[in-house]
Amino acid sequence: MTTTESLVDRPAAPPAFQHVSAVRKTKNMIATVLVTLAFLIAIVPLAWLLYTVVSRGIEAIFSDGWWTHSLKGVLPEEFAGGVYHALYGTFVQAFICALIAVPIGIMAAVYLVEYGRGRLARVTTFMVDILSGVPSIVAALFIFALWISTFGFPKSAFAVSLALVLLMLPIVVRSTEEMLRLVPDELREAAFALGVPKWKTIMRIVLPTAMSGIVTGVMLSMARVMGETAPVLVLVGYSRSINYDVFEGNMASLPLLIYNELGNPEDAGVLRVWGAALTLILVIMFFNLLAAVISRFSAIKTK
Amino acid sequence: MAKRLDLKDLNLYYGKFHAVEGVSVSVPPRMVTAFIGPSGCGKSTVLRSLNRMHEVIPGARVEGKVLLDGEDIYASSVDPVSVRRTIGMVFQRPNPFPTMSIRDNVVAGLKLAGTRDRKRLDEVAERALRGANLWTEVKDRLNKPGGGLSGGQQQRLCIARAIAVQPDVVLMDEPCSALDPISTLAIEDLIGQLKRDYTIVIVTHNMQQAARVSDQTAFFNLAGVGQPGRLIEVDDTEKIFSNPSQKATEDYISGRFG
Repeated sequence: MTTTESLVDRPAAPPAFQHVSAVRKTKNMIATVLVTLAFLIAIVPLAWLLYTVVSRGIEAIFSDGWWTHSLKGVLPEEFAGGVYHALYGTFVQAFICALIAVPIGIMAAVYLVEYGRGRLARVTTFMVDILSGVPSIVAALFIFALWISTFGFPKSAFAVSLALVLLMLPIVVRSTEEMLRLVPDELREAAFALGVPKWKTIMRIVLPTAMSGIVTGVMLSMARVMGETAPVLVLVGYSRSINYDVFEGNMASLPLLIYNELGNPEDAGVLRVWGAALTLILVIMFFNLLAAVISRFSAIKTK
Repeated sequence: MAKRLDLKDLNLYYGKFHAVEGVSVSVPPRMVTAFIGPSGCGKSTVLRSLNRMHEVIPGARVEGKVLLDGEDIYASSVDPVSVRRTIGMVFQRPNPFPTMSIRDNVVAGLKLAGTRDRKRLDEVAERALRGANLWTEVKDRLNKPGGGLSGGQQQRLCIARAIAVQPDVVLMDEPCSALDPISTLAIEDLIGQLKRDYTIVIVTHNMQQAARVSDQTAFFNLAGVGQPGRLIEVDDTEKIFSNPSQKATEDYISGRFG
């Protein structure tokens, strides 16, 4: 303490706020640059892929008859025909798969969230975990061994759907389970306290509250299985014409068409490969968008 | 309508934990009985056992009897669902069903029990909403979602939902603890009106509230953490707040602890 400075003039305390130090500014800049770079690196392959597929496939998908015709009677080197047969196959296989997997998946999730206690629930959860890790080729081989070798059914689109069920089921169970767990217990208690039985509480309160999320999950899982290639390679033959019979005969699908046209060295074949690839991306994108729209419109309103 | 409840030597457990020990108390009809006491003393647990909501929690157990006009709600032949239809409940936080409109929320109990008659449902909705002092505020937006109301309105909506099924008893678990003073006042006024038709049991942390709304007050306490809660004394509210017979009650209401 110096005597030349009066105590009154001295600030009572040093300033409470400090400047941002140079070290912090530098660290901040380095971190910003790093995360921005990481973002760019992550986005480049995606943009590149999209650009390649779009630029090479766009001509095909706008060609005459692409969305309405099959490749029946079209020569390998001929620029004609379309992917209607494969589109039909992709949709119908995914649809039959969803028809089987969605009810089972939702009911399993309801069991796990609302009823599951103890051993059976733990085993179910474990099985779902295992199933979600099964590679699609293994699922396809299993269905081949069971449905075709053991039961003696012919190769068919239905067999593909069965293999897809194995791949879709764990996704539906998981996403539905998460959505059901988000429903507050208070709503269940409110319903119980009104004298509503448990099953009715689940049907009329819990499931409707979680519906938007469940539907979104189902849509996304359908988009997932549409691109699966291994099951169609193993379980059904390729056909260049339309086949509406899911239980018998060869049926095309977009991945299978791509695989087959890869063996076609003509320019027309190359164009069909990229066209089908773009079509598959568009179909999957359509389902993702549909999921977003459905969740937007079925979201719980408060106004 | 409006029946009496008699609790006979009620012991409540969560798994191995003995939560409430030996509660015996009579809840007279057409009166408000308040349960007060420090946190963890088991008053909410006792309340939830009165319409068999306690056993919803995994591992929870009940011993003893709860008689509704002499009929044991825990008798082995009794369906818990029918008990809950007779003894309604309002929870701490307003919990309207988010997927339903205001009207559907009110008649949810009837609708889910199978009543389809639109005209009757409309009548019930109006009667219940008037009963919950909410009719004038919502009558023009009955088809709007219940989640759009304010917290106090939502709680009155939940009360309307509980009384729409015409229970004999209405249980309220700290119904005002999530509400502002003005909404609290609205609910307290409502409780005063509801006791003309219903037997009401209310759990509250707010002793002034207990003093304002109740006719009879039960004080619960626990000897220490991990010990079961017990009923210390039950008497007319006026007596409890002016001249309680137990020292612990006096200490609690005078703010010496808790």
